[in-house]
Amino acid sequence: MSAAVEVQEVKPEASGHDWSLWLRQIRAILRIEVSKNFWGKRALLLYLLAVIPVFLMFLASIIDTEGGGADIRRDWQRAQLGFALTYNVLILRTVVYFGCAWIFMNLFRGEVVDKSLHYYFLCALRREVLVTGKYISGLVASIVLFTMSTVGSLFFLYYASGYPANHLFDGRGMTQCLTYIGITILACVGYGAVFMVIGLFFRNPIIPALLAYGWEWVNFLMPPLLKKISIIHYLHSLSPIPVSEGPLATVVDPTPAWISVPSMIVFTAVVLFLASVRIRRMEISYGNE
Amino acid sequence: MNNQSITFENVSKFYGEILGVNRVNLTIAPGITSLVGPNGSGKTTLMNLMTGLIQPTRGRISILGVSPSNPQELFRKVGYCGQFDSFPRGMTGYEFVKSFLSVHGLSPKVAEERAWRAIERVDLIEAAHRKVAAYSKGMRQRIRLAQSIAHEPVVMILDEPLNGLDPMARAETIRLFRQLAQEGQHLIVSSHILHEVDKMSDRVVLINNGYILAEGGVMGVREEKMEEHPMQILIRCDRPQEFAARVFASDSVVEAALHQDKQGLFIKTRNADAFYQLLNKVVVENGINIESVSPVDDDLNAVYHYLIGSNGGGQS
Repeated sequence: MSAAVEVQEVKPEASGHDWSLWLRQIRAILRIEVSKNFWGKRALLLYLLAVIPVFLMFLASIIDTEGGGADIRRDWQRAQLGFALTYNVLILRTVVYFGCAWIFMNLFRGEVVDKSLHYYFLCALRREVLVTGKYISGLVASIVLFTMSTVGSLFFLYYASGYPANHLFDGRGMTQCLTYIGITILACVGYGAVFMVIGLFFRNPIIPALLAYGWEWVNFLMPPLLKKISIIHYLHSLSPIPVSEGPLATVVDPTPAWISVPSMIVFTAVVLFLASVRIRRMEISYGNE
Repeated sequence: MNNQSITFENVSKFYGEILGVNRVNLTIAPGITSLVGPNGSGKTTLMNLMTGLIQPTRGRISILGVSPSNPQELFRKVGYCGQFDSFPRGMTGYEFVKSFLSVHGLSPKVAEERAWRAIERVDLIEAAHRKVAAYSKGMRQRIRLAQSIAHEPVVMILDEPLNGLDPMARAETIRLFRQLAQEGQHLIVSSHILHEVDKMSDRVVLINNGYILAEGGVMGVREEKMEEHPMQILIRCDRPQEFAARVFASDSVVEAALHQDKQGLFIKTRNADAFYQLLNKVVVENGINIESVSPVDDDLNAVYHYLIGSNGGGQS
């Protein structure tokens, strides 16, 4: 071992305003976490999940049902409605929901299981900055994956109907696509914050995640006030093609976008604040996990 | 709070109803301080409290004037090499050290320089680009040590840092510790290898069942226990029986027993200084040839044995 020794405190370079230090620290966390989210073993499940709707839309675009109602190549209106339903049930409620659960709950819980969270706790780093960095890394992974999944699914919808000239660039096609992408991003923002906080508060986050899933699913039966205490309600309200929730659903006017989007952002900020409070008090006790 | 030392003020930590440490009052000055005690005695709890990984149930801790609840300030001064033998997945040794230097807030260039410097100190340059998962236990221990010293802290907290190291690496690591201590750094080390602790420590903190039993220099702690456990000295000489007869009358001698080989004797004394003066006098007056005089139980092992009640050799 080298005997050369220099003693000095860590003095992060961009002295001055802490913001520059925090941004640099968030970048460093992103470098570690994003590669982990994309290339770690845990990412395999996400890729599988993200590819499901694309694969189904691909099948729908090539299978000729010989005039059957499900053939998206023959009836554009029905194809749009079919996609809206697929988007709602499969992409939003299943792929994005469980994908976000997997990514965001593992941000802290996964590190506790791997017994590697203490390395972050032993850095000259505000824990709130750690929460922010980890959350952003989860957002990057989820938005990239699930936006690609949404775009891939849309591609096969438009491909079947004569993409690209026909419906995408004429009329409202592009607006609809961008709206779906926007909803996917907003879903990642909202669900991501919820699951990160679940991962921080609960030792076994599966149960609360399933309870939240149940709440989101029975949302259509809820009275109007309770209906609004859910993420899916606001996401539905933004949907470019309204989807019927069935004969038993409570009818509630969709919340306008100018309320839905800021509400989701405020909700996310509140949840992140809770996560910050929690992590300040968090102790490392891997032995008890 | 003192900005030059590490202080515990009436600190207790309970895990539910289980005692971690209780009413710890401690001031740790620069140099090497070793925490010594059996498994489950509270050594790691003390270290985790110092680094904010756990929070005290009661009391206050200050590390050079900084509270462990302020990691942003604390870890500019403190490095901790814990016992957790786990790493973030998929990283090489170099990536591991450099990545967390970046999280400290260092620029990529400085992080790179310091990472290499730390890796060089623990002699892992050649293995730096290999995945940590492929390292041996000793290499993993060394890369963790590199990671904890890479940001060049002034306080190093090292939980069993010699574990898994081969004898050569142990000697080098102890040399590194001594060098850092001479430069005014605080090193708080826990180790179960008592003769190595004895060799490197400026002071020891003996802990058992969550309570601090004694603290200070090994000799100081030994002297504190003189009344309960008189010091034993082995004297090799040509006429041990005559020597025994001459010194036994003195108040400073509690017991004198011949060695089995009849070539020496064991003296027990509660006042070592007075005994050594007596020894000089007896030797001069009676012409006894003294071959050697060696205290038998003034080392950490003996102190550990007297205070904790078992042989310290294999304890942690």
